[in-house]
Amino acid sequence: MRSTRTGAGFLALALALTACGGAGESDGGGQQAADSAVGVTKDTVVIGSHQPLTGPAAPGYSKISVGARAVYQAINDGGGINGRKIDYKVEDDGYNPTKTVEVVKKLVLQDKVFAIVGGLGTPTHSKVVDYLNSEGVPDLLVSSGALAWDNPQKAPMTFGYQLDYAREGKVQGKYIKDTFAGKKVGYFTQNDDVGRDTQAGLDQFIKDQTVARQGYDSANTDVTPQLSALKAAGAEVVVCECIPAFTALSILAAAKIGYKPQFVVSSIGADPATLSGLLQDFAKRGGASVSSGQLLNGLIGTGYLPDVAQTSDPWVAYFKGIHDKYIPKEPLTNTLFYGMVQAYTFGQALKAAGPDPTRQKIVDAMSSGALKGPGLTPFGFSKDSHSGYTGAYVFKINPDTTTTVIQQPAVTDRGTGAITPYSGERVTPDQVNLLGK
Amino acid sequence: MTVRTSVPETAVATAKKKRVLPPLLRHVLFALAAFAVVVVLTLVTDEFTNLRIATIGYYLIAVAGLTLLTGLTGQVSLGHGAFMFIGAYTVALLVRRVPAFPLWADLLLASAAGGLAGLLAGAAAARLRGPYLAGATLALAVGLPALTRRFQDFLGGSNGLSFTVHSRPSGIAVPELRWQTWIVWLSVLIALVLVVNVVRGRLGRDFRAVRDDEVAASLSGIAVGRTKILAFLISAVCGGLAGGLQAFLLGTAAPGSFTPALSLSLLAAVVLGGLGSLWGALWGAVALVYFQAWSEDLADVLHLNTDVANNLPLAVYGVILIVVVLAFPRGIQGGFQRLRGLLRRPAEKKENNEKH
Repeated sequence: MRSTRTGAGFLALALALTACGGAGESDGGGQQAADSAVGVTKDTVVIGSHQPLTGPAAPGYSKISVGARAVYQAINDGGGINGRKIDYKVEDDGYNPTKTVEVVKKLVLQDKVFAIVGGLGTPTHSKVVDYLNSEGVPDLLVSSGALAWDNPQKAPMTFGYQLDYAREGKVQGKYIKDTFAGKKVGYFTQNDDVGRDTQAGLDQFIKDQTVARQGYDSANTDVTPQLSALKAAGAEVVVCECIPAFTALSILAAAKIGYKPQFVVSSIGADPATLSGLLQDFAKRGGASVSSGQLLNGLIGTGYLPDVAQTSDPWVAYFKGIHDKYIPKEPLTNTLFYGMVQAYTFGQALKAAGPDPTRQKIVDAMSSGALKGPGLTPFGFSKDSHSGYTGAYVFKINPDTTTTVIQQPAVTDRGTGAITPYSGERVTPDQVNLLGK
Repeated sequence: MTVRTSVPETAVATAKKKRVLPPLLRHVLFALAAFAVVVVLTLVTDEFTNLRIATIGYYLIAVAGLTLLTGLTGQVSLGHGAFMFIGAYTVALLVRRVPAFPLWADLLLASAAGGLAGLLAGAAAARLRGPYLAGATLALAVGLPALTRRFQDFLGGSNGLSFTVHSRPSGIAVPELRWQTWIVWLSVLIALVLVVNVVRGRLGRDFRAVRDDEVAASLSGIAVGRTKILAFLISAVCGGLAGGLQAFLLGTAAPGSFTPALSLSLLAAVVLGGLGSLWGALWGAVALVYFQAWSEDLADVLHLNTDVANNLPLAVYGVILIVVVLAFPRGIQGGFQRLRGLLRRPAEKKENNEKH
């Protein structure tokens, strides 16, 4: 009898302790003082990132932080930013959201980072945006094209980086409408916000041309049914909003069933170097050998950073110099380049934050709109917008897997605004002169 | 007659003298002491270590549940991550859709939802054994998270759900993570008291009887099928609670967190800690959290090539598992027991010698 009463008392105590108020009721989540300089010392700035170094997203994406690290090394060897070296801590989250929350808390609480830079992935990073904002930690240049990062009211510390999926869909839709007028179009999209947001953009232009919509889950690598459905619907143009592995799988599946549509692929899955590697690899596993040049020839893609094969571009030449000096053994792909540009952009923001950077100062520097970098379209950063790149150019892959620009860069907004050609001047590496000396 | 009755009476009297406290009270007192230890530990460590302590907490209850199922009842489950998935999504949905519900109700419902799923799985499991059972539970772990893609709007698709749980009363000036750690451990210890009571009681004996020999068990009047289902139920309640606590602690529920690898690592933790021992569950949970952290630190210190460093934690975990199983087949707890046996034996011998 006595023991049950004790048990009941224990339970009651537990209930009382947790009973105060509903678990979901918001208490306003007051933002902490942003103007702190955690992670900044006389000679270093500690920053962190979460990346999929293992797990399903690791092939390809694990190289982004390799490129970024090389740029930070170059910056540090040049004396750092305002005399401070950048200490770049990368935590592996294996593309597992639970792990992301854990490692980001580790970076913030234990490593005491100044900012999180380039956290990768929508399912992963979306779980830490609230935390970083309530702790007042700058959350810069998120590696994902979701629209969620552009929300200055609710997430004042978070800034995007890459072109968002809605804008990219619009640019693609307009291009297809202009170039392939009257042709039947089919969508092949990833079943998450990548697919949802791009379709919203595409539909503004080619909704009445569209004859089929197919989706894929990244867990299922057999895409033949979807491609067969697109073929059956008579789609002459297939818009593929896919990660690299699924672009490659779609191309192979189409070839297998004798289907030759015009592929239009978004920037996340249109890196020729990565695609050729994957095509060879997948074909070999299936016991066949393919010519990736032949398969990729004529594929249309969108991009916002210069292609690494364009060695005449001043920024490609500049980053190739850093690549050759620090990571010569890594193949120079657009994915690696993506990480290098991202790191460089952070360096620029840190420099703009002045000789005594604080968290508020770097957020101000980001939203000042003054940040201009290697991209072919401008950033959307301002007081009211935390969008990364705001437009894209259209390119075509040649038989030797180099690319040719077939439509000059154009910019747009994430809503229903017009698409306008962008003719702004790009800055050159010498003008930015981040490496000092 | 008189002689016969007098013997048990004395036996009862001596037993009473030896154990003054009834088992439930003893377990409650022990849990209170453990909670005090946890509170002290969180007070002397930094916030991030608090998070790790809390992580050990929810893994502990998940592993303890699995220990009860696998170690005590002899049913192998490769799908315990699925029950954590159910618990996590229950808390996520309740926090988002019914914000007025207090946390304890959310957690109770998460446990109940896990239990319900366990009841259904258990009903099927009672008819299966060995590899068939393992296969069926593995299917659960693979299949359930795919529900999120089927019901994108409700369950958030592959991005899952994120939310903020407000549990700390405004009057208490404790860092959020520390408070959360206390809540996690309080819930875990309450659940453990109940589990320990089951294990030490009649039902626990039934579990062991079923594990050792089903025919003998049913001959002695134990309803084998019902016992197996009950074991599954209790185990799944623990899994649901663990998932609910994880969601509460991290503010997220996403399918990417509940891969078959999670279920397998839970089972590995059971084996590593010591099959069938609840203390073993604690060592298993500690291992799950700290082996990974240590091997990551090790990789950092050694400045390894990134491809090696990235995969080192898994490799280290595997090697330790193999070594422990080879050296101590009964897991870490078995190792401790053997050590204690070795230390005690000489002392006992000495005592005996003195008595004679």
